[in-house]
Amino acid sequence: MEKIHLHYEVDGDNFMAAGEASCDMKRVLKQLGFDSETIRRASICMYEGEINMVIHADGGTADVYVETSRIEIVLTDSGPGIEDVSQAMQRGFSTATQSIRELGFGAGMGLPNMEQYSDWMDVSSEVGVGTTVTVRIALGETA
Amino acid sequence: MTVKEFATTLGLKNWTPDLDLDVPITGGYAGDMLSWVMGKAVAGSAWMTIMSNQNVVAVALMTDVACVVLTEGVEPDAALVTQANGRGVPLFTSDLSTYELSAWLGTALAAQ
Repeated sequence: MEKIHLHYEVDGDNFMAAGEASCDMKRVLKQLGFDSETIRRASICMYEGEINMVIHADGGTADVYVETSRIEIVLTDSGPGIEDVSQAMQRGFSTATQSIRELGFGAGMGLPNMEQYSDWMDVSSEVGVGTTVTVRIALGETA
Repeated sequence: MTVKEFATTLGLKNWTPDLDLDVPITGGYAGDMLSWVMGKAVAGSAWMTIMSNQNVVAVALMTDVACVVLTEGVEPDAALVTQANGRGVPLFTSDLSTYELSAWLGTALAAQ
């Protein structure tokens, strides 16, 4: 398969419209003919990442690389960074505001969900510089 | 059971009348925290929630649930209705409680 690259600018100003990039990626993956569970896993990872960037980092970029053996999603922001990544990976830990929680997010499940639905995940973050989250969904036996 | 049969039997109000409702329901999920739903809901479920903002549509799309039911008399935001119709997510409302709807669905699915 020819390597496919999708690039999205995620708007940080409009929380209510978050998900545009995820919806488009899902549409493309459907067109490419992937099975529904693979698409579902990739879509949830993408959406959680998109929401995280909107909530915490005033937006960012999302790059999706579709290759023969895997789908790789790279979410990059120039937000405040994560002080303690291992703490952020714990289910239930969240720094989201009350107003975000009232909209149904901020349960501390975003990064754990991305880990749950991916085959490989890396969080690289520097306080004051930004965060890059990379997830891979295996299409063969290795991610 | 299909979404259409579920909605008709329980008298759910349909906010997406132009969508195909002959879609099978294979399970159910009740919950309002959106990331919990994404972590736990199984594809093909009917999702019962009191959350009524437009992010519900994106979550429903990502998780491949069969339909969304706003329970307890909750009315959808206008943007939610627009998004549901535009993105093809069957959306209903009901005065029944989340428990009543979930219990009925669980019993009906078990009897199939």
